[in-house]
Amino acid sequence: MAGTPSNHPSMFKSPLMNWVNDRFPLTALIKTSASEYYAPKNFNFWYYFGSLALVVLVIQIATGIFLTMNYKPDAAYAFGSVEYIMRDVDYGWLIRYMHSTGASAFFIVVYLHMCRGLMYGSYRKPRELTWIFGMLIYLALMAEAFFGYLLPWGQMSFWGAQVIVNIFSAIPFIGPDLAVWIRGDYAIGDATLNRFFAFHVIALPLVLLGLVVAHLIALHETGSNNPDGVEINQGPKGNRWSKDAPADGIPFHPYYTVKDILGVVVFLMVFTAIVFFMPEMGGYFLEYNNFIPADPLKTPAHIAPVWYFTPYYSILRAVPPLFGSQFPGVIAMGLSVVIFFALPWLDRGAVKSIRYRGTLYKSFFAMFLVCFVVLGYLGVNSTDVWGQFGDWSNFLDTKDRATWVARLCTVGYFAFFFLMPWYTAKDKTKPEPARVTMH
Amino acid sequence: MSEPVNTSRRRTLIAATAVPSVVTGAAVVTPFVASLAPSERAKAAGAPVTVDLSKLKPGEKAAVEWRGKVVWVLKRTPEQVAALEKIPASQLQDPESKKASQPDYVKGATRSITPDLVVMEGVCTHLGCSPTEKGTPGELGSDWPGGFYCPCHGSKFDFAGRVFTGSPAPANLVIPPHKIDGVVLTIGVGQDGKEA
Repeated sequence: MAGTPSNHPSMFKSPLMNWVNDRFPLTALIKTSASEYYAPKNFNFWYYFGSLALVVLVIQIATGIFLTMNYKPDAAYAFGSVEYIMRDVDYGWLIRYMHSTGASAFFIVVYLHMCRGLMYGSYRKPRELTWIFGMLIYLALMAEAFFGYLLPWGQMSFWGAQVIVNIFSAIPFIGPDLAVWIRGDYAIGDATLNRFFAFHVIALPLVLLGLVVAHLIALHETGSNNPDGVEINQGPKGNRWSKDAPADGIPFHPYYTVKDILGVVVFLMVFTAIVFFMPEMGGYFLEYNNFIPADPLKTPAHIAPVWYFTPYYSILRAVPPLFGSQFPGVIAMGLSVVIFFALPWLDRGAVKSIRYRGTLYKSFFAMFLVCFVVLGYLGVNSTDVWGQFGDWSNFLDTKDRATWVARLCTVGYFAFFFLMPWYTAKDKTKPEPARVTMH
Repeated sequence: MSEPVNTSRRRTLIAATAVPSVVTGAAVVTPFVASLAPSERAKAAGAPVTVDLSKLKPGEKAAVEWRGKVVWVLKRTPEQVAALEKIPASQLQDPESKKASQPDYVKGATRSITPDLVVMEGVCTHLGCSPTEKGTPGELGSDWPGGFYCPCHGSKFDFAGRVFTGSPAPANLVIPPHKIDGVVLTIGVGQDGKEA
């Protein structure tokens, strides 16, 4: 073609590719997002979880579409239709177990992905928006999981939704009306189930997909962070593929696509083992009480949310009512999730990566992880799991040991965030290397 | 030649377009928001319910559904009624039920029209779970007088639905309007004839 510059994508031998590229920037898209997207060469184990989250999203969408073909979003039929899928639909059990295991897998992968971001300072300038889009994905995912959990219409579905919706009724003044508006009825019922179905299968998946695209666009604009937390774009230029590309970057395709495929293979080995051999995961992935149809007249003896919500649930439970209102607990729980958004501005450390942080930061980070896990553990158990203090504790408002441990961990959890401007600035950091290191 | 840009006219036109757009947007959103509120059918489903008390023995509890909530009808034994008075006021958040949601015709520690029969929503005032009966004294610690325990967040209530201190629940269990007419209990209509 006359006039076409030499670097124009239509310099292809294939007439078909030329035909497409003259109408849609296919080759340019592939280049900018994969084959000429240069990612730092020192990615480690922690960098698997982004692509794995994408894999799980695809699994959830694919299995979800097939589940809707037999599921009935009606309080009278919902429980029965899930059992129908499990027993009478060919391979229905497999599709449903993939979807239920996928929900937990999604949170495992996302928590590890977020932990990576914390460790290596991936949320910091210039990647604040990537982090914020990621947090919005996390919020959408929590909502998606919550709406989806009502659909089997078992006891845990019903009472879990009852508790979560009532959290909104703790908001002063508008709370009770807001809760009725969310339910569409004065109690959790058919109207609630129907609308949760709509949110779960169409509204939130659309939001999620949009946010994932935004997350990736923002990431590719700044380039990926790496375990050393140094910017490859600010380092020397020129590598085997291009003299303008960062010297410490390698093309995402084929190098990281191949690496990620290895991660996917290992992930699917674990995932399918769970799907086939322990889909209930001892009551953690599918709670036993959810095999009993919803009964509005009877709360199960032990009720706890699914494991991925339990750290926040523990915080809700740990905060005592103040001034005759349960609202402070609700505020604390909400804040414990939302506070992550502020991380890019709370962290004032001289370095990004935990590799070059000092003891002070590492201590706070370790404390945060311990608090998060302990809160998660306590959240799946009842408040008397560790027994009670003796009579000396009569002056306390509760004698349950676990409640006091949860309170301690809640303080630790928030200390990690609220004291961050102080301890990151005071931290004795090690000098960052000029370029990424390969250990 | 093109005229110079008339910025004030441009600003007026932008405002004249933007303001009606916002109003129109709000008008378009309104029906969608309103459609999520309870439907007329859901609102109509709140009629009073009646309970036959003749079969209820002392110590027994009937659970009936009223407006989608569970309402307990509990016929307390004389021991249970006596135990209510013995609970120290310091152990209860609201021993006189001053802040509680309850009709005027139930008063005192028993929170009932007749001393034995209490009618209350079996819905924890914390986050709406239904508490479990823990009726045996001592079942939840040595000083446990018997009552209800919420399995969700550990709130504790006595046999009059009064919440113990140290519970996340902020208030005593709600007592709905009800009236007793011989052996017939009506929930949703008050002893004073007022409908809920």
